[in-house]
Amino acid sequence: MNDKKQIPEQLEKVGVYICHCGSNIAGTIDVEDVAKWAKNNPNVEISRNYEFMCSNTGQELIEKDIKEKGLTRIVVASCSPLMHEKTFREATERGGINPFLFEMANIREHGSWATNDKAAATQKAKALVNGAIERVVHQVPLEKIPVDINPATLIVGGGIAGITAALELAEAGNQVYLVEREGTIGGHMAQIDKTFPTLDCSACILTPKMVDVGQNDNITLLTFSEIEDVEGYIGNFTVKVRKKARCLIEELCTSCGICEEKCPVKVIDEDYGAGLGYRKAIYRAFPQAVPGYPVLDKDNCTYFENGKCRACEKFCPTDAIKFDQEDEILNITVGNIILATGYDLFDARRIPQYGYGRLPNVFSSLEFERMVNASGPTEGHIVLRDGVTEPESVAIVHCVGSRDQNYNEYCSKVCCMYSLKFAHLVHEHIPEAVVYNFYMDMRTPGKGYEEFYHRLLKEGTHFVRGRVAEITDVGRNPAEEGKLIIQSENTLLGKQQRTPIDMVLLSSGMQARHDSEEVSQLFKMGCGFDGFFTERHPKLAPVSTMTDGIFIAGACQGPKDIPETVAQAGAAASQVAKLINQGTVMMEPVRASIREDECSGCRICNNLCPYNAIEFDDEKKVSRIITALCQGCGTCVAACPSSVIDGAHFTNTQVMAELKGLLWDVQPAPQKTPA
Amino acid sequence: MKYGYYPGCSLERNARAYHDSTMAISKPLNLEFVEVDDWNCCGATEYIALNKIPAFALISRNLALAADQNIGENLVAPCSACYLNLKKADHYLAETPDLKQKVDTALEAGGLQYQPGSINVQHLLETLVLDVGFEAIEEQVQKPLYNLKVAPYYGCLVPRPAAMDSFDDPEHPMSLDKLIEKLGATVVDFPLKAQCCGGHMTQISEDTALELIRHLLKNAADNEADMIATICPMCQLNLDAYQDAVNARFGTDYHIPIVYFTQLMGLAFGIPAKKLGFGKEIVSSRAALEKISDEAPQPVKKSKKVQKTSGLPMPIMIEEG
Repeated sequence: MNDKKQIPEQLEKVGVYICHCGSNIAGTIDVEDVAKWAKNNPNVEISRNYEFMCSNTGQELIEKDIKEKGLTRIVVASCSPLMHEKTFREATERGGINPFLFEMANIREHGSWATNDKAAATQKAKALVNGAIERVVHQVPLEKIPVDINPATLIVGGGIAGITAALELAEAGNQVYLVEREGTIGGHMAQIDKTFPTLDCSACILTPKMVDVGQNDNITLLTFSEIEDVEGYIGNFTVKVRKKARCLIEELCTSCGICEEKCPVKVIDEDYGAGLGYRKAIYRAFPQAVPGYPVLDKDNCTYFENGKCRACEKFCPTDAIKFDQEDEILNITVGNIILATGYDLFDARRIPQYGYGRLPNVFSSLEFERMVNASGPTEGHIVLRDGVTEPESVAIVHCVGSRDQNYNEYCSKVCCMYSLKFAHLVHEHIPEAVVYNFYMDMRTPGKGYEEFYHRLLKEGTHFVRGRVAEITDVGRNPAEEGKLIIQSENTLLGKQQRTPIDMVLLSSGMQARHDSEEVSQLFKMGCGFDGFFTERHPKLAPVSTMTDGIFIAGACQGPKDIPETVAQAGAAASQVAKLINQGTVMMEPVRASIREDECSGCRICNNLCPYNAIEFDDEKKVSRIITALCQGCGTCVAACPSSVIDGAHFTNTQVMAELKGLLWDVQPAPQKTPA
Repeated sequence: MKYGYYPGCSLERNARAYHDSTMAISKPLNLEFVEVDDWNCCGATEYIALNKIPAFALISRNLALAADQNIGENLVAPCSACYLNLKKADHYLAETPDLKQKVDTALEAGGLQYQPGSINVQHLLETLVLDVGFEAIEEQVQKPLYNLKVAPYYGCLVPRPAAMDSFDDPEHPMSLDKLIEKLGATVVDFPLKAQCCGGHMTQISEDTALELIRHLLKNAADNEADMIATICPMCQLNLDAYQDAVNARFGTDYHIPIVYFTQLMGLAFGIPAKKLGFGKEIVSSRAALEKISDEAPQPVKKSKKVQKTSGLPMPIMIEEG
């Protein structure tokens, strides 16, 4: 932490190791030349090149050299520190010196992989290695900071991902807070009629899990609640939750449902009902809702409109209705957080030529899920918007908003399968109906998925390969009158075709929640341009995030179906369980510190700190870093006008020395004479 | 606001009503249209398909003249084909150095030069809805066109292609719908509003053209439109002049007047009909215009609460601000 060490009093003994990484590095960079050249630096005691530094033999080489040659500093030039910094730090420690006296130069991702120009790559490797050598001699021994893990976990989102993760952790004996925005848990899976390809009743397999959540003593269920603020770091988060007023005293409510029955207000159920059904102003989304208490919708309640009605209050047998109930703010402390906030369905209204919202008999996929469900608004009858007429022909349009540069460029993964499921359900409910699938490519990878496609081919669904251009109700001839006409390409025939149809189902894709960017900022973790949360590594750390202690599961990370979501939720829960079992984690000692005797007390750093980790000592008139809260971002270090804040492992001396080393071959620019 | 004005050939002759009404509404809206001096034909829709280089040179000459004449950087074209050609030329000259070089040579011969991007080509509708704005238009309305049912017809050229920053949705434009609403008229549903009128197909393949015109007239009639408001001289001509031919061919009996949207604006602004070119159309608009009443129709109440259950609810459309 002492930044005053300008010139090393005596030369260090640095060991330099240039890795071949097979041909990954050695194929482009002249590793022998780099190793030989590095010896020119007076601080370098030994410089080697070796085929695989990360192998056991490679690591033993470092350990042996430290012991035998008395090395005091280590530099490895190989891959990205994300890959093997930990490996080599451990080897350094085993050799007997502090692991923070090790430095890594990335000559693979930043060198050999970036170019085919061998001379240039070798020259850059020299610069990177030299920077590391110049830096490492200024590095000082540091100790990792142990942090206790609070064993409670916050799970955000009560869909199938949140439910699964909550049960996994709670059944293992851990305390869980499950926070859900809506009045009930269940999420999208509760809206769906059947699951593909097994055609299980979605609610039948989901509701037992919902009940388990409600009954598990280790789970504190906070529905109709939203996260307002998150502070802290792995092991020690403090989360502010707003529990919105349901206008109901939960302890008194028996979930008898009389209030719902007596409420005279009927509104379109936009959430659970996908806009196809109706609900009351005081309502439960569905009878199996967990918890079973209703929510009072103030925006549509007559009492909140004009002070009259109060029917629910009058009829409630336990006096549970409380119109003037206020939101409650809860502060909970947890060690880890799992985000399972799910997805939004692409809004087909954004593609006006498909007519959704304009043409009555164009339905969204969620509308159809509700329609075909026996407990839905039509009791499972597939009918046109008039509520009574059965369609003679149904078209299912794939890739709505997906694989389209105007909307979402990605494939939403689940739509082919659910479109096939829709076709099957139409065949099952109306055997004489003609069913079309308008698809671009049939994408059915998954256990039993392709088999399901074959089943539909046999059931007689017509498959037309081609993007639908337009859905219109304007007929050109008597056969088209009164129908919806699908104008599409048939790429297998190489023709345009117009297909008259009674009913159209739009298979919209999944997209990130409309507020996912705000959520990612709230939790200080990343989200991509498409709004999906960014995992730590796309292959090897799919449920971790770049923020320690925050994990992601399910469709908030990207489009996925139920089995994948459940698998991810289990993985996230096991990551959290691992940390709970460890009890403590060792945190990087990369922290800022203020030299109090030199601090002028200007307080500029106080408000800049994004982690509220700087306090002001009113007596001494100096600022002070709360080490436990500091994340080592360096903002205050850069901002301090007196340069009295040090960022451990990133001191000015270390950074400047590295820059000087990197720019070893740069000639100072000739002095310009003023014109 | 000062604009360069490119009338194009149509507005001098068959679309005189479009020109007159545009000039008539420009005063109350504080628009100054300065005609490009010595402009030439844009080549319409055919020339570009037949002989690309001379066609682009022909169009670019107008851009070069506009840029040279100190009439501002905005050039307004009321005709859809002129608008698209001018915009297309500006776009492709910027994108294709090879084309620009050839066009430059042609312009040089006439002592002209043009730097792509220096002129901002606008369709008149674009100028009115984006620069003037719905609010300023509504402020000028003195005699609202209550009770008049209008089908807004954009044609195929103006909203497309989207690659060149179309000011409206290419498949389902709404700007003219909103503008006509501001005039007090009732906009009827007109799903074919961005479809082709047949263009010059009337000269090449009458069967094709009459079929396309029939679709449009039928769609407007099915939706009980009193008239169709167009933004394009070609659309106006085809739907108006060939209405008799459609009736004769298909045994229909359409009498749907085809007017320019600027004529309706003028009428709502209180400008006398004869100054707006009314009466020049073949299918007379007199009977339709007589339907305009002094009283506003009853507004349809919108409520989230459900009064009576009949069928399944429609998806709620998000109101645009």
